Amino acid sequence: MLDTTTPMLQVSHVVQSYRKGDNNRILVLDDVSISLKEGEIVGLLGRSGSGKSSLLRIISGLNEPFGGEVTWYGKKVEGPEKGISMVFQTFALFPWLTVRQNVEIGLEAMGVDATERRKRAEQAIDLIGLGGFETAYPKELSGGMRQRVGFARALVVHPKLMLMDEPFSALDVLTAETLRTDIIDLWMEGALPIKSILIVTHNIEEAVLMCDRVLIFTSNPGRVGFEMPINLPHPRDRQAPEFRELVEEIYARMTNREGPGAPLHHDALHHAEVTLTTHLTPISTNILAGLLEELADPPYNGKADLPELADSLHLPADELFPVAEALAMLRFADVMGGDILITDAGRQFVNLDVEPRKKLFAKHVLANIPLASHIRKVLDERSGHKAPWSRFADELEDHMSEDFAEDCLRAVVNWGRYGEVFVYDEKTRQFSLEDKD
Amino acid sequence: MLFQPAGSRNAPASVRPRYFSAFDLFAFAVVFGLLAMFTHGTDQALIPISEMEQVPISLDPTSLPEYALRTTLRMLAAIVASLIFTFIYGAIAAKSRRAEMVLIPILDILQSVPVLGFLSFTVLFFMGLFPGQVLGVEFAAVFAIFTSQAWNMTFSFYQSLKTLPRDLEEVSTSFRLTGWQRFWRLEVPFSMPGLVWNTMMSMSGGWFFVVASEAITVGSTTITLPGIGAYVATAIDARNLTAVAWSVFAMLIIILIYDQLLFRPLVAWAEKFRFEQSAGGPPPKSWVLDLIKRAHFFQLVLSPLGYVARALGRMPLSMPVPVPKGVGAAWSSRTMDRIWMVLIVAACLYSIWLIVRFVASEVALPEVFHVLWMGFLTLIRVAVLIFLASLVWVPIGVWIGLRPKVATAVQPFAQFLAAFPANIIFPFAVVGIVHFKLDPNIWLSPLMILGTQWYILFNVIAGASAFPTDMREAASAFHIRGWHWWTKVILPGVFPYYVTGALTASGGSWNAAIVAEVASWGDTTLRADGLGAYIADATTAGDYPRITLGIAVMSLYVIAFNRTLWRPMFSFAARRLRLD
Repeated sequence: MLDTTTPMLQVSHVVQSYRKGDNNRILVLDDVSISLKEGEIVGLLGRSGSGKSSLLRIISGLNEPFGGEVTWYGKKVEGPEKGISMVFQTFALFPWLTVRQNVEIGLEAMGVDATERRKRAEQAIDLIGLGGFETAYPKELSGGMRQRVGFARALVVHPKLMLMDEPFSALDVLTAETLRTDIIDLWMEGALPIKSILIVTHNIEEAVLMCDRVLIFTSNPGRVGFEMPINLPHPRDRQAPEFRELVEEIYARMTNREGPGAPLHHDALHHAEVTLTTHLTPISTNILAGLLEELADPPYNGKADLPELADSLHLPADELFPVAEALAMLRFADVMGGDILITDAGRQFVNLDVEPRKKLFAKHVLANIPLASHIRKVLDERSGHKAPWSRFADELEDHMSEDFAEDCLRAVVNWGRYGEVFVYDEKTRQFSLEDKD
Repeated sequence: MLFQPAGSRNAPASVRPRYFSAFDLFAFAVVFGLLAMFTHGTDQALIPISEMEQVPISLDPTSLPEYALRTTLRMLAAIVASLIFTFIYGAIAAKSRRAEMVLIPILDILQSVPVLGFLSFTVLFFMGLFPGQVLGVEFAAVFAIFTSQAWNMTFSFYQSLKTLPRDLEEVSTSFRLTGWQRFWRLEVPFSMPGLVWNTMMSMSGGWFFVVASEAITVGSTTITLPGIGAYVATAIDARNLTAVAWSVFAMLIIILIYDQLLFRPLVAWAEKFRFEQSAGGPPPKSWVLDLIKRAHFFQLVLSPLGYVARALGRMPLSMPVPVPKGVGAAWSSRTMDRIWMVLIVAACLYSIWLIVRFVASEVALPEVFHVLWMGFLTLIRVAVLIFLASLVWVPIGVWIGLRPKVATAVQPFAQFLAAFPANIIFPFAVVGIVHFKLDPNIWLSPLMILGTQWYILFNVIAGASAFPTDMREAASAFHIRGWHWWTKVILPGVFPYYVTGALTASGGSWNAAIVAEVASWGDTTLRADGLGAYIADATTAGDYPRITLGIAVMSLYVIAFNRTLWRPMFSFAARRLRLD
């Protein structure tokens, strides 16, 4: 019988950060506590930058947390545990080993003898539907088959807990669906030699499809923002109204400005303050314009349901969110309760020609993106009207990681160039007011 | 069964089971032939020097196969030594941050040091280790070849270890592979393609050094090791052009055999370890590898070896006692870092002081300036030659590279020429210079680039072949022609490849200066003013302080040349001219 009361895994007040400069640390995970019982599939859902992969690496013992601790059956985790194995987003197969050798690698490390190794590998390979491919090299397999090897490798060591780091996100839609269904079926049949699964994902439907419980993470720093039980019976039907409702709610929670845990507003507009240090995602102006045009035209006529829009544009939620967010920051659209609405300015933008569009865009960039107006102000004040990239990067890096600072500046360069707010020369890494060529 | 990969042993090759095939017969002959030759070649290494000196080098072409074999065995020994060195040095440098601080700059400098200049030291050192035995001299020759390969291979291995794919590292950690398993399952396989390629490339330099190191005079001692190099040296003394021609022919054959029997199969085999999951371009092929895969009996003989090797790599060996946490933390603390830095600086200062004192015991300050001037002369030669060679080979390389059929025909030939030790051909040039009474200061110079210019050619060919077709089509669609086409389209396209080739060529030319600036034919000796001639003369005279000074100055020039010219060009190419 499964013991469903005592937790197998306990994450207590875990803090993860990394050093920036001598006495500055950037926070990635802030006070995260979760627990995992035997017999459940738990999903960690969040956008990029929510630290969910960092958390998975701490649980697996690959990384050490800066603060807090992880216990595994009451014992502190200090390195990779025997009872925990992992499936990787990139498959992470050794290209020079055959399927069988790849599957056997974990057993070799345990010192299992050759015959036993062979037997167990064969079992795992057959279970996961790889029979006949034992002597093939990963290069010869399709993506879906490669990830099956990843699963077989993780299962063959008979772990109690299997960690999955976005295991289906590198696969095409059809392959991912087949593999997902296979895994759920095996899990429901009790054919997997594991007690629990912890899956990291940014795919909302995937989380609702697979999990018994979903933890929605906030970004920068990562925290558990909301916990949502999914009580639908398996097999789950994506088109069922209860399913759609849950997906809608998660969309709404993930785009909620006050965080996923705050009450959802379906009417009032809430403009979050964009500051100098708000994280910006470099989104091409073509995509921004494209989404606005799509939104303005029928069938949406200015208002769209985010999951629906994601479907019709063939964009995964994770890619749609930053676009919607950028449009909201620029005040070309509003996002609330899982919907996106075009603003008057957005509608005006859609109807303009190339040059006036740029002018309008420039106005909105300067008015709504403090980093852009800051750069412009510095350029105006300096006698040579020039400033290096590093001047702003250093300023931003006091408050955020190097990668994020790079993101913000890339975004502003992109938008500033389109709106002709300033000139940026990649060769000299200089901002300036006029193009010298 | 759905799928059966090519080359798998389970694949039914024919209906009737075969236990012995024609391939086996051939494979058998090759293996046992090599074994017999190997025993014959090595048993003579253990005799005393006095005995060897009684058997002078014979210029009879029929003795060439034996000499060729001895030379080849030296090459093999050097490769094995380089490989062992690479695994140890590269792994330590990549895994210990503190060792890295010391080992990598050392490697960088060793790469720039003209190895030929060192010959005199190493010969003396190894002869001291095995007094009166041929083995010592053999070691010195092997060491010379080793120095021409090891640095390059180690760098390649180190860089592979530094760029291990993060997910594979995580897999190894999360499945708790021990350090030993990790090394053989992840690190060595991942570095294999780069390592094999670099070994093959540095072999080219190796042939040059083996030829130079088989006949060497240090002060009063002249040592000739039976081999192709000694054969050439004897032929030069005897003014026998026919014999030189024979040795050129023998060399051609050896390089061809080496390429076909050793490197082609290795490169084709290493393809398996390539990390990119999708194949780009046709994979390299080798008839020898196919033969080994097809010969049943041969596989039967080899499989126990493979089994032992694999089982060894699988063994879960680990440190018997895990390092206590406190010790580990103290060891990696910042205070220890500072102490380490101080130690390094002290060691550096001490060695500089040693060198200066040693050189100053013989050499006065004016001579140092004289040597610097000599170095400058050689620098001008190298620069001018690289420039001229580029002017010739870049357009030709582009022309060839853009024609796939010509390129496939010419490319192996160019690589072959790069591997050919140019010092064997020197006598022909010297005879010409003597005959036409030309100025050696000018006419000896081209010898420096004789063997190294091919690096430029085959790199440019590779670059032009890799140039994207759509960009060529775009250029012709917009009628970009002539000067414009060269400067805006193709030259930027091949530039990254050209820099690699030119860098290798320039490094090789510095080394070649030591043998090219002084050349002799019988008792006629031609001499060009330059640092190479200075080092060569000092070596012949057994004048160690001057050799040290010469090498130090040449190393400085090479490093300065690399840092001020090639490195900026490299980073420019990587930054601005990448085609992805």
